[in-house]
Amino acid sequence: MSEEASKEKRKIKSAKKMRDLMTTYYLDALSASQNNKKVAWITSGGPVEPLVAMDIIPVYPENHGAMIGSAKMGEDLCAKAEDMGYSADLCSYARSDISCAVVKGGPIGGLPKPDMLICCNNICGTVLKWYEIQARYFNVPLFIFDTPMCHTGYSRPVADYVRAQVDEYIRFLEKVTGKPFDHDRMAQVGKLSMEGQRLWQKVLNTTRHKPSPMSAFDAFFFLALIVTLRGTQVAVDFYKELIQEMEDRISEGISIVPEEKYRLLWDNLPVWYQLKWLSNTFSAHQACLVADTYTSAWCGAIQYIDPDRFLDSMAEGYTRIYLNIGVDQMAEQVIQMVDVYDVDGFVMHSNRSCKPYSFGQMDIMNIVRERTGIPVLMIEADMVDPRNFSQSQVETRIDAFMEIVKQGRDKH
Amino acid sequence: MICAGIDIGSITAKAALVRDQELVDTLVIKTGYDHVKAGERVFEQLLKKTGVGREKVCAVVATGYGRASVGFADKAMTEILCHGTGAHFIDPAIRGIVDVGGQDSKAIRLDDTGQVTDFAMNDKCAAGTGRFLEVMANALDVELAQMGEVGLQSQNPSKISSICTVFAESEVISMIARQQKREDIIAGIHDSAAARVAILARKTKLADPVMMTGGVAKNTGMRKALEKHLGFELTTGRLAQENGAIGAAVLASRLSVGS
Ligand code: SF4
Repeated sequence: MSEEASKEKRKIKSAKKMRDLMTTYYLDALSASQNNKKVAWITSGGPVEPLVAMDIIPVYPENHGAMIGSAKMGEDLCAKAEDMGYSADLCSYARSDISCAVVKGGPIGGLPKPDMLICCNNICGTVLKWYEIQARYFNVPLFIFDTPMCHTGYSRPVADYVRAQVDEYIRFLEKVTGKPFDHDRMAQVGKLSMEGQRLWQKVLNTTRHKPSPMSAFDAFFFLALIVTLRGTQVAVDFYKELIQEMEDRISEGISIVPEEKYRLLWDNLPVWYQLKWLSNTFSAHQACLVADTYTSAWCGAIQYIDPDRFLDSMAEGYTRIYLNIGVDQMAEQVIQMVDVYDVDGFVMHSNRSCKPYSFGQMDIMNIVRERTGIPVLMIEADMVDPRNFSQSQVETRIDAFMEIVKQGRDKH
Repeated sequence: MICAGIDIGSITAKAALVRDQELVDTLVIKTGYDHVKAGERVFEQLLKKTGVGREKVCAVVATGYGRASVGFADKAMTEILCHGTGAHFIDPAIRGIVDVGGQDSKAIRLDDTGQVTDFAMNDKCAAGTGRFLEVMANALDVELAQMGEVGLQSQNPSKISSICTVFAESEVISMIARQQKREDIIAGIHDSAAARVAILARKTKLADPVMMTGGVAKNTGMRKALEKHLGFELTTGRLAQENGAIGAAVLASRLSVGS
């Protein structure tokens, strides 16, 4: 088979459909006001299901940030925010969103104007100030869903505290929309959300097969639906098709990386503006990034959620997500993934932007290394701002790391 | 069987020749602007120096930042692997390496067979690299090669608090203005750079015996400061700067045996 033909065969066909779905989603959001629909901006780990149940279109500044990063428009927008007086140390999603709202830049000319903002701090503290700034700028109401850090367990007082906010949240939505909350609809949406998350987990699990039918780089792309359309039939249907395609690839022996020999695990957000280069660099070593801690965060709390008592259990599910637990528990999850996906090495992205994700990585690195014995690589970068990335440095580190991974495998 | 290693660093280019597991000779020249030419030049000059004909060289491995620009090399390998192999070749007892080069510094851990088991490199910052020392030598108007000796005369080292090379430079300039002794400032500079490198060594859990390689190993003041931070002595040899090229040559001979 020619190289072209083999490349064509490896392409994941569902990607086109996914792009179309995302385009439709953004068009709907951008034309919301003409259709008498309300738009809510919400954080990526926020409880979106009540919005869907109220027919409010959720829009995710972080997903928009990822699009800005992939379109390589992050540098300009981040610099623009710095011109406005924001610190270069601020998360690059926040910087690019704040400046984009003003200059209407980026790949889609800015997000639709919000009617309300929903901020859940289960991912970080940055979002609190970021959403306050946007609430002032757009002059719209802001709801803060406060999820205390759960280093180990989930205590009764925390449970009561978070659960009480679910009711406040619903009252907030009723007030802003002027419509009563529909609990039956909510129950349906809850079930769809759970089903979507289960299917997403199943998509990710297809990479347990050797060779893997897809990689973390594909997961970074296909993730957008479970983030933006969680709780809808669209997401459920799409992931069913995607699983089917993966199963077909497995039975036909189509792998994403030609001649996959080494399997790696990725930690932290993707480096959006370098996905292609990173993917090619690892591929050249016959290495496939089969899993990551990031995309699995959108199905990591399934165990806490009961679809029949969705609103009650969602409080716990949204509080105990990957970034809101202790370092020991994070390391435990990583070690489990090392085992489940049978990886030969662990690549950690120390992300200048994302403090909660990057703080504690050193400890996780030591724990994982000690318990599993696999080599670990740490590279410094930033998910959106390319000024914090040095290609030649990262390349040397990856090459050296792969030399160690290969040695390790040869020994066994 | 003769094999060669070429190490193109940001400041110097090094070459080494190995014959049947014995080191023949090495050479160091300035890299200059053109990486491609630097590789050619250092290789040609070493062949001339040793009287070895180019056709006698069975395999060449290139390493260093310019490793991809050595067109005549059979293979490119990273500095990490080459430094590990070089140190093991020179002294098989070595279990760790701190390499302080022109634009980066690294710590490498080895197992008893000389294989690399872990490494750490400085992040996107010149603190704790040869470049940092070079900038400071300039500001203090001393020869880079003399810095080590001068610094060792200090009785009362100054304290440099900035990590950033640019800020540290202005700190040094203000110390000069306050007429602090040159040897004290230099000792302070060594201490500051050594503290950065020691972090890498601790990250990789280096333990005695450790070899210091790279051009900066020739700077005794820097070496002593590093020993103080690590709590044990470092070995270093005449060929510290050429260590990566030697490792590359050894790897080239394995390559050629393998094929
Ligand atoms: S700091 Fe991290 S979790 Fe918070 S918004 Fe930025 S990337 Fe997301």
